[in-house]
Amino acid sequence: MTATTTETLNVIVEREMTFPPEKIWRALTQPHLIEEWLMKNDFKPIVDHRFNLSADWGAVDCQVLVVEPTKKLSYTWSAYGLESVVTWTLTPTSAGTRLRMEQAGFRPDQQQAYQGAKAGWPRFLATLEQVLARME
Amino acid sequence: MPNTQDVLFRTLADPTRRAIFERLCREGEQTVGALTAQAGVSQPAVSKHLAVLKQAGLVRDRHEGRQTHYSAQLGALAPLIDWTSQMAGFWESRFDDLEDLLKRMDQ
Repeated sequence: MTATTTETLNVIVEREMTFPPEKIWRALTQPHLIEEWLMKNDFKPIVDHRFNLSADWGAVDCQVLVVEPTKKLSYTWSAYGLESVVTWTLTPTSAGTRLRMEQAGFRPDQQQAYQGAKAGWPRFLATLEQVLARME
Repeated sequence: MPNTQDVLFRTLADPTRRAIFERLCREGEQTVGALTAQAGVSQPAVSKHLAVLKQAGLVRDRHEGRQTHYSAQLGALAPLIDWTSQMAGFWESRFDDLEDLLKRMDQ
């Protein structure tokens, strides 16, 4: 558990899909489609565009970093006081597309990860309260 | 350290103590006096809460003259969030929904 304080937080999910990159790209970049599999949003595939993803449990603040149509999409992902970057990579395969999602977070011991993110903690603590209530 | 989480949960379970900690998170370093003014409890009670928070590593104190300033140590919360496994589970299920959507979408 304490190991996470000294390592970069990294989550990689990769999946082979039987759909062409163009189709997956649409699902990743069109707001009404994003809403169907991720969250409500005001996404635009424009570098530097700021957008929010929102759900019952809270919101995620994002900013577009990279847009390479049908190949690569990257945006910041800031929620619960931890800032990270989500990068989607689409690689054509004979059967369709290999879709890879990498979320790279800052190390909790880096002070910069918490700058500007302080507002997220009270929200997290409110959730913690609900968790505690369920634990009783 | 199997009970790090237990200590943090116990420490933050008290609403008054949690309010003090949240305030330090939001507003940065504060003196005991400033915290007491808004805590709705006596100064000795605030000091006692701060001592518990300090023991859990959630706050740090800094002495300056006769004043003691307290600040939140957000890094101490890290053990509460097994971030990587939470997010991996989140994305796996998003991938499932994305695949379902792709099946429904027109070419």
